[in-house]
Amino acid sequence: MDRIDRRGFLQCMAWTGSALVWTSAGGVLSSRLIGPAEAADGAAGGFSFVQISDTHIGFKGQANSDSSASLKQLIDRINALPTPPAFVLHTGDQTHGQKPGAFDTLAEMLKGVKTERIFYVPGEHDVFLDGGKEYLSRYGKGTVGEHGWQSFDYKGTHFVGLVNVLKYKGEGMGSLGQEQIEWLEKDLAPLTPSTPVVVFAHVPLWAVYPQWGWVTEDAESALGYLKRFGSVTVLNGHIHQVLTKVEGNVRFHTALSTAFPQPAPGAAPAPGPLKIPETDARRMIGVTEVSLVRGTAPLAIVDSTLG
Amino acid sequence: MKTQIALLIGIALAGSTAGHALAARSATVGIKEFKFAPAALEIHPGTTVTWTNRDEETHTITSTTGAFTSAGLGHDETFSQAFSKPGTYEYFCALHPKMRATVVVK
Repeated sequence: MDRIDRRGFLQCMAWTGSALVWTSAGGVLSSRLIGPAEAADGAAGGFSFVQISDTHIGFKGQANSDSSASLKQLIDRINALPTPPAFVLHTGDQTHGQKPGAFDTLAEMLKGVKTERIFYVPGEHDVFLDGGKEYLSRYGKGTVGEHGWQSFDYKGTHFVGLVNVLKYKGEGMGSLGQEQIEWLEKDLAPLTPSTPVVVFAHVPLWAVYPQWGWVTEDAESALGYLKRFGSVTVLNGHIHQVLTKVEGNVRFHTALSTAFPQPAPGAAPAPGPLKIPETDARRMIGVTEVSLVRGTAPLAIVDSTLG
Repeated sequence: MKTQIALLIGIALAGSTAGHALAARSATVGIKEFKFAPAALEIHPGTTVTWTNRDEETHTITSTTGAFTSAGLGHDETFSQAFSKPGTYEYFCALHPKMRATVVVK
């Protein structure tokens, strides 16, 4: 596991209103956080998309008294981008504990996003009460076997959405399951190694902090099928902070939550919402630029607060 | 003979019940920092246990056998369950399965 220092932790605590905009130019992805004055670089011939994560509709806590309000700010920022995102990826935990009505609230809010389409993968908060019944009835249609996982191509980039929260038990870690891993192998088989691949899933596909269940137990076998590709980007949520890791040609990146931050791995007795005053939290709205440049080592990340 | 044994058991149970008549019929379990406290709760039959979630994160009280389960409990929300039969009841949090605890009814 990568060492995470305290400074990095503090930089990563920027939270609400932070959606990543990914820009693809010739298969090289770069990303930046959207701030009020930020604009997406519409790379010539490329495209951009937005990742939002961990909206936790229904959450109310010290750091955020209204998770819908912070999401609304976020949507306004997405809609203010000069180039609308080609699509949006929601990497799970739409709801906070499947609160009644939360799925409806989110669906209504996301109708206001100016984009062609929104793709979803579930978080454990979306499926734990009913084994994914409601989630899949809403978002399972058109996915593989209506299991929730899926792939699609967009302008030469192959996107794969994986579900790693439906076997969420035992040690509290994510799990993909054999059936999904076998599907992934077949799904990737026809692609040439030069095809850029973007994988998105809720729980990190790398061992961020197994003690808190921030790991997907069988991710290694899935990642094995991705090693032959020259450019792989893995986008996750779940941990409510930006952490990145580069392993060979695979770049891992976790997104911020739009609702509340969580402690850095091991920095608190337990995970969960950081209890910081809302005013402080809002001053920690951040701008993060992440550049993924082919041929260089780690992701270049610059975080700075707006307030 | 069978009747006598049954009678003896009946008396024993009645005595036991009488002995606990003044004991509290309710008990509480707190949930804080991703832990149930106490992790092993001992109660008498007929006791209602109330869990209170002190975390801002959602937790559940989910029996390993499916005997009982709560919805997701938000901050300061509670869940109550009455236990009438003696036994050991293991439960966990469905969102954080490492959180495990037991209720022992005897």
